[in-house]
Amino acid sequence: MSTVTDTTKKAPAGERVADWADGRLGIYTLAKANMRKIFPDHWSFMLGEICLYSFLIIILTGVYLTMFFHPSMNEVEYVGPYVPLQGQLMSEAFNSTMHISFEVRGGLLIRQIHHWAALIFLAGMFVHMMRVFFTGAFRKPREINWLFGFLLFFLGMFTGFTGYSLPDDLLSGTGVRFMQGAILSVPIVGTYLSMFLFGGEFPGGDFVARFYSAHVLLLPGIMLGLVVAHLILVFVHKHTHFEGPGRTNKNVVGMPLLPVYMAKAGGFFFLVFGVIAVISAVASINPIWALGPYRPDQVSTGAQPDWYMGFAEGLIRVMPGWEINLWGHTLVLGVMIPLAIFPAVLAAIAVYPFIESWITGDKREHHIAQRPRNAPTRTAFGVAWITAYMVMLVGGGNDLWATHFHLSINSITWFVRIFFFLGPVIAFIVTKRICLGLQRRDKDKVLHGRESGIIKRLPHGEFVEVHEPLSQGQLHRLTAHEQYEPAELPPAVDENGVERKIGAMEKLRVKLNKGYYGADNQVAKPTSEEYKEIQSGHGHH
Amino acid sequence: MKKLSARRRHPLAAVVVLLFALAATGGLYAAFAPAGTAKADETAQSLAIEEGKKLYSVGCASCHGTGGQGTSDGPSLVGVGSAAVDFQVATGRMPAQQPGAQVPKKPNIYSQAQIDQLAAYVASLGAGPITPTESQYDPAGADIARGGELFRSNCAQCHNFTGEGGALSNGKYAPSLEGVSPKHLYEAMQTGPQNMPSFPDTTMPEQEKRDIIAYVQAVNGEKADNPGGLSLGGLGPVSEGLFAWVFGLGALIAVAVWVAAHTAKAKKS
Repeated sequence: MSTVTDTTKKAPAGERVADWADGRLGIYTLAKANMRKIFPDHWSFMLGEICLYSFLIIILTGVYLTMFFHPSMNEVEYVGPYVPLQGQLMSEAFNSTMHISFEVRGGLLIRQIHHWAALIFLAGMFVHMMRVFFTGAFRKPREINWLFGFLLFFLGMFTGFTGYSLPDDLLSGTGVRFMQGAILSVPIVGTYLSMFLFGGEFPGGDFVARFYSAHVLLLPGIMLGLVVAHLILVFVHKHTHFEGPGRTNKNVVGMPLLPVYMAKAGGFFFLVFGVIAVISAVASINPIWALGPYRPDQVSTGAQPDWYMGFAEGLIRVMPGWEINLWGHTLVLGVMIPLAIFPAVLAAIAVYPFIESWITGDKREHHIAQRPRNAPTRTAFGVAWITAYMVMLVGGGNDLWATHFHLSINSITWFVRIFFFLGPVIAFIVTKRICLGLQRRDKDKVLHGRESGIIKRLPHGEFVEVHEPLSQGQLHRLTAHEQYEPAELPPAVDENGVERKIGAMEKLRVKLNKGYYGADNQVAKPTSEEYKEIQSGHGHH
Repeated sequence: MKKLSARRRHPLAAVVVLLFALAATGGLYAAFAPAGTAKADETAQSLAIEEGKKLYSVGCASCHGTGGQGTSDGPSLVGVGSAAVDFQVATGRMPAQQPGAQVPKKPNIYSQAQIDQLAAYVASLGAGPITPTESQYDPAGADIARGGELFRSNCAQCHNFTGEGGALSNGKYAPSLEGVSPKHLYEAMQTGPQNMPSFPDTTMPEQEKRDIIAYVQAVNGEKADNPGGLSLGGLGPVSEGLFAWVFGLGALIAVAVWVAAHTAKAKKS
């Protein structure tokens, strides 16, 4: 009797839906494994989220824009509401972008959200990448994920560039012409590549349609796949966290995915969307109506690409216009060399994890994020790389530096030429000194305590500042980091008195390793003996 | 009438008629002939030149020479015309403050009457472009779209898409066209001041100049509207990129710090 009533008494609706889904998708197992997944709390761990959310915003707004955009270069006459262009001939691509901006409901706002989000997406990826770099979060097992992230940044640059070119306005057309010039400078195959890409002579009637399929289909498709792979790997590897009491290389201390992290992440998505929407509602971006339609015979000053390509622009702007004429062929070094340096600079940062693990010889797993000061050589390298990048950004905007700071554009160009090489060296040395100084300060703080600001006068008249000892947690945080021993070459002769053969690469590795961990390249952290001796009360210190 | 007809055969009648005729033609001539006004204008003109020369001796002669022949510090003014003087002096560029890559715009200290006098003096040194009248430069009714096309073909290379200005070599620059009056835009095109090429009527007719002025006023004048919001200086991707980094990413990082700081920990009270 009772069993009958039990079976007729139905479970709550939510539970039944969940049961139904579990039978087909196995959500209970998934949830059990992942609901309590831990995410550490630190603002810098949310930079990647900024990228993810702005990427989603770009996809959503991009879909809206495709509904109204015509990727065609057929010539039409403008008859829309913007007076200063009425009656002008332009491509359908430009015309439809004008239509989106002035006639489609919310079109201009969506366009601006799309473009601002793209700039912020790339800037976010740059900063996220630097966060991972400076905290050593790229070390094993995360090297592959570092490469995925780098590829996302690299593809993002080209997705951005193709999107920027679609409206076929005078600014982006100049950018496409710039790119075609770079392609032409490739020896032997340059002209063929250009003809192939543009379907004939520049600009032809094809490139908008071709860039369009790359921009909305090919590149974002690859990127979406990479984003998914990137996130899966974050799940698999779990998140890194900074040193602290109770935090080890084998655990993750933070908040569970459900409900805390989910609420925070979900809320953060809307905050990101909100900030980008406010910016898009307030500030204009790529006002194509002011730029006018592209015509190969026109050009404007101040023609720059979006910031993520500004580095390439700088390389071309500051490179002397060298060329070599050989057997009736011209080798345009002034464009070809920048074209080669551009990927080389990007590759330098991309392969760094592998170089560092080769130099250190450390093949263990690392889940503790390092403080940048505790890896002075790496931090110095990173800052040097950023310096080279930023110097080239200055080169890319040399005309605006000239007009806004009342300087000569020629002087700026020379500054950039010299500082592209000198700047990183200075930055490297300075950063390393700063890191070592900070290590010494940490050591000092551990041994002598925190400066309390209280001045005490001793009976015999001497003034001393009272130092407060640090808490156990703070002491742990400042001393938990691991310090490597510098590598040594094995003795030149082995135990049998036979000369040992050591390869040039191994010699180089040991030399570089000493640059990382040698006597002058890190400050030995305080030992417990030192601490005990000083704290045992030899009076004022 | 009878008396007059009775004396029509008087021996002196012909003389009297002749006298009357002479008096009438002379009087009419005196009344209507342009000679008189021309003479009066000449006086005003020469007065203006006279005054202009005095102003010139004080403000300009040290660089351009006492007779406008030019020195090592300043070019000859023979043949530059009154339009060039009006542009250079009324925009405050001349008299120059100091030598340099380019003489900048600054507040003008001369009255329009004084500028006209200076212009008259310099124009008297040799024929050149004449200060335009309002009908020449008034952009009302001009074709803005055509002006835009002409602007992008002839001006944007140095002055940027909407006339925000741009850099030239060795510290020289194309200035911003914001707030430049139609008259000065016209004179600049006509005379080609400093590093600018000149666009005389033979290469760019008056109507085209008016179209360009109308375009500049439409996109960079007081009434220019920016449908997209803040124009960020109208400088393109560099200022946009800076804005995205500082205000976009900056705001988002501030938000991230805020979110990370508000965690589910029990509150300390």
